[in-house]
Amino acid sequence: MGVALALIFFVAEVDADQGISQKIFYFHVPLALTSYACFGVGAWKGLRLLWKGAERYDLESYTAIHQGTIFGALTLVTGSIWAKASWGRWWVWSEDQLVLFLVLFLFYCAYFMLRFSIEPGPRRERISAVYALFGAALIPVSFLAIRLSRRFIHPVVFTRHGPQLTHAQFAAFCVSWAAMLLLFYVMYRIELIGKRIDGELRDLREAVPA
Amino acid sequence: MSAYAADVAALARKDLRLELRAREVVPAMSVFVVATLVVFHFALPRNSGRDAAYGLLWVTLVFTALLGLGRSWVPEREGRVLDGLLLAPCDRSAIWLGKSLATFAFLAVAQLVALPAFALFFAPLRGQAIAGVVLADVGICAVGTLVSAMAAAGRTRDLVLPLVFLPLAIPLIVGGIGSSIATRAGSYLLFLVLYDVLFSILSWASFEYVVTE
Repeated sequence: MGVALALIFFVAEVDADQGISQKIFYFHVPLALTSYACFGVGAWKGLRLLWKGAERYDLESYTAIHQGTIFGALTLVTGSIWAKASWGRWWVWSEDQLVLFLVLFLFYCAYFMLRFSIEPGPRRERISAVYALFGAALIPVSFLAIRLSRRFIHPVVFTRHGPQLTHAQFAAFCVSWAAMLLLFYVMYRIELIGKRIDGELRDLREAVPA
Repeated sequence: MSAYAADVAALARKDLRLELRAREVVPAMSVFVVATLVVFHFALPRNSGRDAAYGLLWVTLVFTALLGLGRSWVPEREGRVLDGLLLAPCDRSAIWLGKSLATFAFLAVAQLVALPAFALFFAPLRGQAIAGVVLADVGICAVGTLVSAMAAAGRTRDLVLPLVFLPLAIPLIVGGIGSSIATRAGSYLLFLVLYDVLFSILSWASFEYVVTE
């Protein structure tokens, strides 16, 4: 993470067009990609749960989605700041990725509400897993839908060519993405360990008569 | 396979008969849909044009569907029918398919009221718009039946259902509005078909996991 920060601020050239505000690109895009990865992991663990029926996948799937939602919220915030810096407005509907993240964010917020409204048990595990799978299917479908919707919501399609990266910029981007994935992994392990300890503690409390 | 079809037909018939005797959901949906259209007449500024009206039609349709879906598992829960159905020697996905077909029938009746009312109050509907409505209904019933079964497992079922359903329905709304206003609706209808196929398969395959204890 430190290396990534150094690369971002000292090595990568300042973008001629957008200036210093372009630096947020190195946070925004890796955050978004990491968030997809989290949802992907969540869905994969959900599928494993339905397949094998092992209880530990439930916690892993939940933790991945929890992290994904946090990264998704950060994507929305950084995207919004970037939009303000480069287009002067906090929110632009023409940015497909941001709209997609808003939809996904709403969808996964509902995941938590649904999950916590069901009594813990095998049924909750399975419903959460099915929900995570639906999320994985929803990502590409929504993306396609948002692409399609631009045709009637914005008559003039606003094309913005992807940033033409120099080598140093690209290297900085890759390092910061790797750093973000690492951050996800570390946070995922920490949360998982915390949740497992919680679970064990609860079992112990129940085992010991008051 | 024919046994499977017979199970599905029996389950769908059970829901339709319940509705015919009690007359709860369909009249409520039909009245709701017209009332919402009237509300939107007042909500639309005078010169807002036709395209805005088509958008409101889709909002109306989705909320009406939500009203029906919210009730779809109530008889099962109140009479503990679901426990009996799960014990019955039939494939669990047949329960989902039967329920989806019944919901589709309710939705179709409500829309037989809604679409003429819309054409009367706001703007004419073309064939492609009606095709879009039918295709979107398939998706709404497939996904909505599964999601409302999920929500019915929780304590706050009526609260959670719209929250879960609306993000899932956004692609349907996009496809539907596109098919109502675009001059060449082919790609939107194709997109709706894609959505229906993908999510029907997913719901059909995963329903068993949602209902078993």
